[in-house]
Formats: sequence, structure tokens, C-alpha cells
Amino acid sequence: MPTMNMLQAINNALDIAMAEDEKVTCFGEDVGVFGGVFRATSHLQEKYGKARCFNTPLVEQGIIGFANGLAAQGSVPVAEIQFADYIFPAFDQIVNESAKFRYRSGDLFNVGGLTIRTPYGGGIAGGLYHSQSPEAYFTHTPGLKVVVPRNPYQAKGLLLAAIRDPDPVLFLEPKRLYRASVGDVPQEDYQLPIGEAEVVKEGTDITLVGWGAQMEVIGKAVELAEEQGIACEVIDLRTLLPWDADTVAESVLKTGRLVVSHEAPLTGGFAGEIAATIQERCFLYLESPITRVTGLDTPFPLVLEKEYLPDHLKIFEAIRESVNF
Amino acid sequence: MTQYAHQPLFMTGDEFSIATFSLLDSEGELYEGANEPDLTRDHARRLYQAMLATRILDERMMAAQRQGRLSFYMQSTGEEAAVVGAAAALDDADMIMAQYREQGALMYRGFSIDEFMNQLFGNELDYGKGRQMPIHYGSRKLHYMTISSPLATQIPQATGYAYGQKLAADGHCTLTFFGEGAASEGDFHAALNMASVHQVPVIFFCRNNGYAISTPSTEQFAADGIAPRAFGYHMHVIRVDGNDALAVFEATRQARKIAVDQNQPVLIEAMSYRLAAHSSSDDPSGYRAKSEEEAWRLKDPILRMQKWLTKKGWWSDEEEASQQETLRREVLETMKRAEKRSPPPLDSLITDVYADITPELQRQYDTLKRHIRRYPEAYPRGARSLDLEVNTSTDSQGEE
Repeated sequence: MPTMNMLQAINNALDIAMAEDEKVTCFGEDVGVFGGVFRATSHLQEKYGKARCFNTPLVEQGIIGFANGLAAQGSVPVAEIQFADYIFPAFDQIVNESAKFRYRSGDLFNVGGLTIRTPYGGGIAGGLYHSQSPEAYFTHTPGLKVVVPRNPYQAKGLLLAAIRDPDPVLFLEPKRLYRASVGDVPQEDYQLPIGEAEVVKEGTDITLVGWGAQMEVIGKAVELAEEQGIACEVIDLRTLLPWDADTVAESVLKTGRLVVSHEAPLTGGFAGEIAATIQERCFLYLESPITRVTGLDTPFPLVLEKEYLPDHLKIFEAIRESVNF
Repeated sequence: MTQYAHQPLFMTGDEFSIATFSLLDSEGELYEGANEPDLTRDHARRLYQAMLATRILDERMMAAQRQGRLSFYMQSTGEEAAVVGAAAALDDADMIMAQYREQGALMYRGFSIDEFMNQLFGNELDYGKGRQMPIHYGSRKLHYMTISSPLATQIPQATGYAYGQKLAADGHCTLTFFGEGAASEGDFHAALNMASVHQVPVIFFCRNNGYAISTPSTEQFAADGIAPRAFGYHMHVIRVDGNDALAVFEATRQARKIAVDQNQPVLIEAMSYRLAAHSSSDDPSGYRAKSEEEAWRLKDPILRMQKWLTKKGWWSDEEEASQQETLRREVLETMKRAEKRSPPPLDSLITDVYADITPELQRQYDTLKRHIRRYPEAYPRGARSLDLEVNTSTDSQGEE
């Protein structure tokens, strides 16, 4: 089985999707001959031509508006927004259009073919505008699906599923892991299920939930906890909308403890949604309060990024406090 | 008054052609029929010295980035005349709202090398408190709005700022810089339309440098550049040779007059070329030919201005050599000072989110402090700020 980093896995998924279905197009800023600023679309223009893989003018609202129209016509656009921090000019097109196309027309029209790929997250000395995790703005939007892979294998399988999914999908790529995360990835076509969480490690004492780049951080915290004899169950949510509450609830019914971690600020973050749902479903089984380990309620900093980030030590402390509650 | 035609007539804009205003040829000679702008010796030298200082700062800081001393950098190489020429035509108290490649304007206004360095290294003296990536400068005293990375957002803000200046009747205007790529954003169109409708003293200064990262302007727009868009908003417009500091100066001087005297916006399109990479994270060899870069290197704006100044007897080779030497030394010395300074204090994480710190944020901060006290080695900057002993010396900025 070949080894790929996350960018190669994403590139490979796009390649497979474009080869299989000529309705698939890839476009965005610098996506064409250059292959994107991170090179996720390398060689796709060479292989499939300028009509199917191309640079757009520098206008995010235009890119997604165009993609909505293209999807409504029956094509399968995979639009790239260069950084998730720059998705906001397209917020109207995503929230008011992509998400509501099917509902408002009584399913006369839909943009189910649409996939929006965008790199998110911090830890790369990117400061305010190259570090944000904006998932919670979009998880508040019925009609969208929001998917976040944690490694190359997941990225390929989930992206292929997203492209073929009958609903518009926002695919958030953890850019810190683009080259850092390397693993075995099958060369052939495969899909991983959207809407299903994955239990990546079983344990009995406490449940940890995360997604994307935060899974690596949770992994490090779990190593520290296990050294102290705490058996952790780790769940990668993978899809944030619609999210798999059953898998998380089942785990917490067993462990009685839950820590949720994300890089985005605490207030209004998606961990709040998980905590509320799980306390409803597992109230009598909880041994300690559900804890959130997140970024601060501030914009993303630069020089003090390390202090800001919800790192493995902060998660480890949360695990200890929960277990010793 | 509506005019009617009884045969269909489609127009494309090709009916108009917009000439490029230029004064100096590549040898620094005035073109025939060109008038020398009204520029004193001191003013011309100040303009030139800011261009030169910008070039040297850019060269040194890119080298420092390559050595790993700096996380990120952006050069303005090749565009110094466009940026400094425009700044030199303004009143020093006019507002400048730049994109991110306009350090030359700040240099012209007198931002010190120390001030540049403090921002680049995000140390305790950085006005932005170490929160933004390098090159996101700002200066209230020099009327230079702090840079924001999202593209084109400053353009409609410039319209609003200038409207406020009009209401205040203080005789000032706002000039906003942006690239030809950013002009594709919706914010550009909103800004020009509102400026024209509300008769606002704002100058929209487009640096058409040929590339938006890898995307050539031929894939950015189908029209003849940015300038013709002004017609759609009924706005004054001029296209200028962006490598000709005198032409940029004169075009901007006259644009300012229109803006301030008549409360009318003006669009300026300066034709230039981004000689360097988009940023330290970019490698242009993946999308453009070296020969293209070489052709533009021959049109170096600094050399052209230098030749003109020398012919006027306002500059000399000796001055050039000693000036370069002095600047290089100053850059290196200030860099050493800036890197050694402490990072901003830990509480800079939570200040300025709001005018006052909220109780919830204070609670989060107290939790963070307790955590850092428990693990000081893991957070050397935070620990130093809390006066904790730190045994580790690995206090690096991280990598792009």
C-alpha cells in the first residue's frame, strides 16, 4: 500500500473523482497550473484540461456562487477556498444558498453535487487570518454537511464520499497536518461514511471527542493519561453536521466521563452542542461534568499561539480533573 | 438624458483606450512633451531615499527569513516607485489604508527601522502586540491603518473613512492601496460605487503587478486592466507607469486635488511587476518564466529615479554607496535588537478583544495562568511573562 501525506491523499481523491466522472470540476484561486498554494490540485489541470481544473478570479463569493450555479445545473464542482479564514465573503452563498437550495425549491433544484474544500486551523505561526477554525459558523446551518478528516487515509475516503454525497459538503482540511501527517493509503477508490464517528481507541474510564488536527493532540494527551493508568476511549467525530450523537452517547454511557476538544474559541464552539446533547442522553450515568478544552474566547494570536492552543497538556489536565472529580 | 438608437449596437469597452501616463524613460530622461513635476530637491530626495530604504529592508529581511530568524516576509521589490511615489504626493496627515505590500509608504512617512523590526519580530514593543504575522504594520501617528490579511476589506473602509473626513471638512483624503487581484473581490466594487454615489474624497490606488500569487492578470480579468471599471461608476481615472516615480507622484498629486477640492473619488491604476515571490512561502518558478522576470528587472524603478536625480545634481554615486551601506548596517543592528526583546506579556492574549475584559475571558485567563504555572517549561514565553523559572531555551517562533 502506498504511503501518502494528507495533500497527496487529497490530490489522489480528486484525481480519482475527476477520472471517474467528467462532471467533476476543481477550481479556486491558484488551483490551475500552480496546483493550489498547498499543491492539493497539482497536475489536475495537466490531466483533465483547463475547462475542468482552473484558476478563478480572486473572489470567494464569486467562487461559491459560481459553484452553486454549476451544481444546480447538474455538475459536480469541488471549489477550493484558499484558507478557511477567507471563506466569509462566501458566507451568504454558503449559508443562504448552498444550504437552502433544495428546501426552498421543494427539491425542484438542489446543489447536492457541491463540495467546498478549505484548509483550517492553527499551529503554523499563521496569526489571526491563517489559523481559524470556523466550523461552528457552519454547523449552525441546516442543509450543509461539515466533514473534517484527521489523517491521509481518512482524507481520501471522506473526500470521495463528500464529492459523491447528495448534499453540499464543507470539507475542512487540517492544514497543519497537510505534510506532517503521513500514512498508508490504498491507491484504489474507496469511501468512508459521512455522518458516522469512529471509535479510534477503546477504553473504559473516560471518553475523549475531537476531530481533524485535534485528534493528534488528543492522542498525545491520552498517552500521558494511560501512563497513569487511565483507560481512555477516543472518538473522532469526522462529520460535525449531521453529527453521530449515538456513538458518543454509547461511549459516555460506558465511561461516565467526557472531554471534548477543539481549537476554536469556547463560547459558541461545537463542543457546547456535544456537551448539551450528551448530558441530555447520559445524565444519570455521568460521573463528572463534561469538560471542554478549547481555544480562548479571543481572536487567534501569533507570538503566544502556544499558550492559546488547547494542547495535550491542557487536555491531560482535563482528563485528570474529570477522573478525580 | 436617454438616447435612443433604432439599430442594435453592442459595445465591449474596446471603444475606449486608456493611455499610460509616464514622464521618465528608462535612462531617467524626461520624455519629449513631458513636464517635470513641481518637486523640490528635498522632497525628491526624501522620495528616493524611501524607495531605496524599502528595497534594502526587503532584501535583508527576506534573507533573515531564509535563515530562519523570521517566520514570514513579503517584499515589495519592483513596486517601490508606485507605492512611495503615491505616498509622496499626499499630505502626510492624509490616511493611507494599504493591502500588505506597501511598506514603502510607511518608510516615506518616517516609520523607523526599529518600528519595522518590532512588528516583524512581534516583540513587546510591537504596536500590534505580537498578534499579527510579520509585515502587518500600522501607525496611528503616521496615519497608516493597521494591515488586515483578508483581501480588499480595506477598500470600502477607505470610502467610509474618507466620508468621515469630508464631514469633518479637515481638508484631508484617504488613499487605499490594493492589487489587481484584490480588485476582483466584491468589496472593490462596493467601495467604488459608494464613493461615487456619496462623492467621497478617496483615491483608489491599484498596484497592477501582474500576479495574484500564481494567477496572472490575464486569468484575473478579461478587460483592459482595472482602469476601465471607473467608467461604470462615473469616476475619474488615470493609468500610470508604476515604475516611474515621477509619473506616479504627479498622477497622485492631481488625483488628490480632485479628491480634496471637488470631493470626488479617483481611481489610479499603476502598471508594475511583482519582481519577488508573493511571499516567503511562495516559489514563482512554478508558474512564470525567469526571462519574464529578467525583462522587468531592466525596468527597475529605483534605478530610473536614481538616474534622474543624479542628472539633476541632486544625488551622487558616493551618496548612493554610503546610503546603502548605512541602511544595511542599520537594518542588521536593529534586527539584532528586536530579536532579543521579550515577547508581549501574557495578558496581551486577552486585552483588546473588547474595550474591557469580560468576566468569562478573565476566568479563562486565570485558568491559563494556573496551567502555565504547573508546566512552565512547556510555555517559555508565558512563563517568562509570569516571572517563572524556565529551564528550556527552545523559544522559537515556529515555522510556516
